[in-house]
Amino acid sequence: MGEITDWLRVKLSRRGMLGAGILAAGGSAVAATGAAQQSSRTEHPGRTARTGMGSAGHGSRHGAMMTVGEVDEELNGFDTMKMLTDWEVGTVSRLPDGRVLRTFEIDAVDKEIEIAPGVMFPAWTYNGRVPGPALRATEGEKLKIVFRNFGSHPHSIHCHNIHSARMDGIPGAGVIGPGEEFVYEFDATPFGCHLYHCHALPLKRHIHKGLYGLFVIDPDPTLHPEHADVARSRLLGTPENAEWQELAMVMNGFDTNFDDENEVYAVNTIAHAYMKRPIAIRRDKPVRVYLVNAVEFDPINSLHLHANFFDYYDHGTTLTPTLRTVDTVMQCQGQRGILEFSFADHEPGLYMFHAHQSEFAELGWMSFFDVREAVA
Amino acid sequence: MNDAHPFDEAASTPTEAPRSRATLVWLLLPLMALALATAWLVTADPLRSFDNGAPPVENLTFERTVLSQDGIDVLVRAGGSDPMIIAQALVDDAYWEFVQEPSGQLARGETAWIQLPYPWVQGEAHVVTIITSTGATFEHEIPVAVPTPVPTTGSLVSQALLGAFVGIVPVAIGLMFYPALRGVGRAGMNFLLAMTVGLLVFLMIDAAGEALEIASEAAAIFQGRVMVVLAGAASFLLLMAVGRRSGTPAGFTLATFIALGIGLHNLGEGLAIGAAFASGAAGLGTFLVLGFTIHNITEGIGIAAPMLKSRPALWVFPALTLVAGGPAVLGLWIGSLAYAPQWSALALAIGAGAILQVVVEVTAYLMKADGRGAVAFSSWPVLSGLAFGVVSMYATAMLVKI
Repeated sequence: MGEITDWLRVKLSRRGMLGAGILAAGGSAVAATGAAQQSSRTEHPGRTARTGMGSAGHGSRHGAMMTVGEVDEELNGFDTMKMLTDWEVGTVSRLPDGRVLRTFEIDAVDKEIEIAPGVMFPAWTYNGRVPGPALRATEGEKLKIVFRNFGSHPHSIHCHNIHSARMDGIPGAGVIGPGEEFVYEFDATPFGCHLYHCHALPLKRHIHKGLYGLFVIDPDPTLHPEHADVARSRLLGTPENAEWQELAMVMNGFDTNFDDENEVYAVNTIAHAYMKRPIAIRRDKPVRVYLVNAVEFDPINSLHLHANFFDYYDHGTTLTPTLRTVDTVMQCQGQRGILEFSFADHEPGLYMFHAHQSEFAELGWMSFFDVREAVA
Repeated sequence: MNDAHPFDEAASTPTEAPRSRATLVWLLLPLMALALATAWLVTADPLRSFDNGAPPVENLTFERTVLSQDGIDVLVRAGGSDPMIIAQALVDDAYWEFVQEPSGQLARGETAWIQLPYPWVQGEAHVVTIITSTGATFEHEIPVAVPTPVPTTGSLVSQALLGAFVGIVPVAIGLMFYPALRGVGRAGMNFLLAMTVGLLVFLMIDAAGEALEIASEAAAIFQGRVMVVLAGAASFLLLMAVGRRSGTPAGFTLATFIALGIGLHNLGEGLAIGAAFASGAAGLGTFLVLGFTIHNITEGIGIAAPMLKSRPALWVFPALTLVAGGPAVLGLWIGSLAYAPQWSALALAIGAGAILQVVVEVTAYLMKADGRGAVAFSSWPVLSGLAFGVVSMYATAMLVKI
């Protein structure tokens, strides 16, 4: 009788099922009876849903495909909603030659953060947040980043911009041990949408544990007379820039069980954060998204905007779009760019945006813009 | 020496009461030591140097899966060093809304149902993943999604039919050889009894292997392998003791024990088969069911063998058929309605122990009936009977083995 169970078990695999079906069919022919064989495909009971499935509460716009519960963002110490517009501009002083010296202070800190409701992740952070502070400077300034390592491992800040080998943030040039301090100095160039991350080894671990952030260098309008208006609209603090709704977005993922595959994907760390709290957008103001892909393990990530198209500036290092009128953009690891779009001609409502890798979307990288006439 | 004797006598009687008090003290002392050690461990935490900051060990076993119109329900049992918190659930790598019943953290050994309103697809594979608060993941594969049978009259009847075909029918057919076998001589008798021993040994190995295999699927807390060995040994010893109360069993009594052993084995098998149906196996072909029937016919002949020298009443035959084959039906029912691997393993282990008992008893009966003792085992009828029993089981198993 043990064979029955064995037989049933083997049959449990898809391949086994097909093979056994043939065996059973042959047997039936031998036995000259066509009975007893159940058809496995006649009914379809799995289709209809549990009562309330796909209807109640916030489940309405995504079925039941959603994390359960809320993340305690207060305990995390960073707010995913504020993070979108929270630019770290540092402290500004003047050098003897009249140039602006901009100083950032960044500390590496070990911190446990909640990345999906109830799921804690032992992160390594810059200034206690993941992603790290979104640095913002202006082209041509002299930058100074004072970096202190309060973490348990060697860390560094490796900026994606033009700098000397000594300031590269790699082992031997800016990777510092716990308790140490290092000052990175370089010029803010080229303008664009960049990132910084830890370049201590092993790389994968140091990056996916949370050590990355946006590093935006605004163009100086006086240096780009041919596109001065565009440059001004990009320069934080100008009236032209105030006409835009600018958002900082870092696409990231977390490997909670350390099997080199991400269990959680998100924009700005928390799975489904902007599904549960859609990002409010004023209909009549254009939107500019500074987007960087900091995901590990997967070669590429993407952003797809629903019901709309955008212009894309790869790396943000140009003042004319590198891609025009697209609704999906792909970024490899470390790639970044600027998206510009408008909902001025749209009716108000919830407009989705997410990775067009459905796997990432279903694991948390799904969001909504809540387009309204006015935003409080 | 002579002096010491009266002294002993004198000392023993008056110290009766103090001695029982002393015994009480000696009983309490080790318990108090345990209480002290516990209190010290809990309050002073002297072992904190072992706390290396590693997260607690977590373990989660999926015991049951129910697929219905409402989606996917899984029953999970926690087995962590600390209470565990189920933070999120995924189906096929997508976060899915779920309800945990009962809610809250799961202490070691506790179970909870996770109900996922997931639109599963008939005949396809799905994977349920649970993420705990520490980020650990536990996966459960549903290799072929089919609706879990619900106890309708129709499904119970069809399961009973299957149970009857693989459990009751072959035993009945085997027993129907009884009149034909009655006339056999000593050699024929020896052959039949040895064949019984052979087929029982086959069944025992089959049951024990099955029990260990299923036990490995059970939650670690049940210590599957140890449980199987202990349960098998216990059932063997218990049945030996019961069977030998009025001498070595023979005739009808021995036949009953054989039927009981085969019945217990069939109960365990029925549980496993029922569970396999419940967890989504597709239909069994006619040819396969027929194969199982043929495979099990020798069981009936085995039961008949010890009764050839007596003249049992007619009711004995249906009764023995039910004892040996009926549990297959019972097992199928229970297994398809409520299943956990540890219970199936337990039933199989008890069956294996029971079969070992009848192996011992049939061997003893054979030697006694033959009159030559152990020498009988070197005779041709016995050797060929043993070989025939094992080989026929093995060969008919080929009809159905995958």
